[in-house]
Amino acid sequence: MERLHTAWNSDFIWSFRHSPVAVVSLAIVMILVLAAVFAPLVAPYNPFDPATLNLMNGFSKPMEPNAFTGDTFWLGTDDQGRDVFSTILYGMRVSLFVGFTAVLFALILGVSLGLIAGYVGGWTETAIMRVADVQLTFPAILVAMLIFGIAKGITPVHMRDEMAIWVLIIAIGLSDWVQFARVVRGATLVEKNKEYVQAAKLIGRRPGAIMLKHILPNVLSPVLVIATISLALAIIAEATLSFLGVGAPPTQPSLGTLIRIGQGYLFSGEWWIILFPAITLLVLALSVNLLGDWLRDALNPKLR
Amino acid sequence: MADPVLSVRDLMVEIPTRHAVLRPVNGVTFDLAPGEILGMVGESGAGKSMTGNAVIGLLDRPARIAGGEILLHGKRIDQLSGEALRKLRGKHIGMVFQDPLTSLNPLLTIGEQLTETILEHLDVSQTEARQRAVDGLNEVGIPAAEQRMDAYPHQFSGGMRQRVVIALALCAEPSLIIADEPTTALDVSVQAQIIALLKRLCRERGTSVMLITHDMGVIAETADRVAVLYAGRMAELGSARDVLTHPQHPYTIGLMGSTPLASAGRERLYQINGSMPRLDALPIGCAFNPRCSRAQAQCGQEPPPTLAAHNDRAACWFAGEQT
Repeated sequence: MERLHTAWNSDFIWSFRHSPVAVVSLAIVMILVLAAVFAPLVAPYNPFDPATLNLMNGFSKPMEPNAFTGDTFWLGTDDQGRDVFSTILYGMRVSLFVGFTAVLFALILGVSLGLIAGYVGGWTETAIMRVADVQLTFPAILVAMLIFGIAKGITPVHMRDEMAIWVLIIAIGLSDWVQFARVVRGATLVEKNKEYVQAAKLIGRRPGAIMLKHILPNVLSPVLVIATISLALAIIAEATLSFLGVGAPPTQPSLGTLIRIGQGYLFSGEWWIILFPAITLLVLALSVNLLGDWLRDALNPKLR
Repeated sequence: MADPVLSVRDLMVEIPTRHAVLRPVNGVTFDLAPGEILGMVGESGAGKSMTGNAVIGLLDRPARIAGGEILLHGKRIDQLSGEALRKLRGKHIGMVFQDPLTSLNPLLTIGEQLTETILEHLDVSQTEARQRAVDGLNEVGIPAAEQRMDAYPHQFSGGMRQRVVIALALCAEPSLIIADEPTTALDVSVQAQIIALLKRLCRERGTSVMLITHDMGVIAETADRVAVLYAGRMAELGSARDVLTHPQHPYTIGLMGSTPLASAGRERLYQINGSMPRLDALPIGCAFNPRCSRAQAQCGQEPPPTLAAHNDRAACWFAGEQT
């Protein structure tokens, strides 16, 4: 109880409580994440169960009873009669899963390599950081597409749809590790010259133990900020790839896939099929980004 | 004299640069007896800290030991590498750093840092390590040590933190402590306490101390012997009493003359003209000769003989001659 009270009064929570933007963003992100996680419970229909679909429901307008069946859908239906609201919930699931996992993958890879580069120095550092520099000269989306293409080429045809999500995660993760590595390397260079690290070396701790126990915790706060902003970027990257048709397969559509599907109907008047997934993506990415912005300010002692 | 804890023989540290090889430490020789406190003084850049870092084996690249020997309990440690060195030096050498702000990990409680060090070097259980850590904190005068074990470094004041650092340096029962300007970052009022504490604890345990400082007052209070460094060379070495009251090297004389004394009047302090030469532009002959008031022709031609471990006092052609 007392700990809870201390936490509630800490500078960090205080700055959160006094930032309306942060509170609203977190609330929206929480609602969206919960809705996505519990999509099977929240969604009124299961849009990927062919047995529940009725083609007659196709192209229902939002909030209007369908002309043939009389069913009403909040956000309308697409060409195959799938409820747009339900597809968005399921799509967000894929988007968020890909986003979180890709960022986690990038974080683990980038932080380890950055830590090693900064601490060990010499040729190891040169090798790691030059690879990072070279990768930075390509747009991340291009790197992701390249990796996606290669991976697709080497996976057997019958497994492509199952593997697509994982390939997507690896592609986005690999295109995103560089900034983690650069930031962690920089912070490690600062920390490793501090006397407590010298002291740890002197008492004979192994380099691995020094890196994990002494340096890593001290370089984590910028990582947290980058991870949050990367999450928004990863969700957008996933949507972009899916929009281009190289991401999530139509059997497991993400928000990007939904936008791609909806795009085809925009000019024939069925605006809701693209509009609602697009708004969801916008709100999700914006909230995560604003949360990241707040986190950056809150963890930066100079801006307090 | 008993077998020395630390012997440094003709130590030479080099930093290769594009234009020349710099020698921030050049032919430093001294012994440190068990329980003895050796003060190392000199201006910034004289090679005090470099000598200390060479002894603990933490020279930053590209600096390297280029010559000489460092013996810890009679065993050479300057050529050991990796595992053996880590074990040996961690077990026998403790370090007190200059800035207590950065010498403790801000994200670990002081209890964790103490027990980590104890467990690394002493064969004791977790509970015993904790008990020893509490004892250590008590000894350095941290009140309510048991509760303070779970406090983080930022919850201590500078002086208290330096006490923790001393406890940390002593907790693995080393035979040698290297204190690199342990009081420079502290308030004057706290400096005396910390120095007294360090001195008392090391006396009680018979731990030798290599005290690196540029504060003559600290040396006078603490050290048994004094080594004066100038431009990487040993200028003078002798018992604290001799060096402080009857300095023989003109540099030491200058240093003593420029230390303010409460008893002295309000005359201007003596000032050594000029500043220490850059390492890549050392004068020929004695490195001090351009600034020396007693320099003769000989001083600008030939460097004075270096100091052997015990014999001579000052590395000066005219040492001992009274002005």
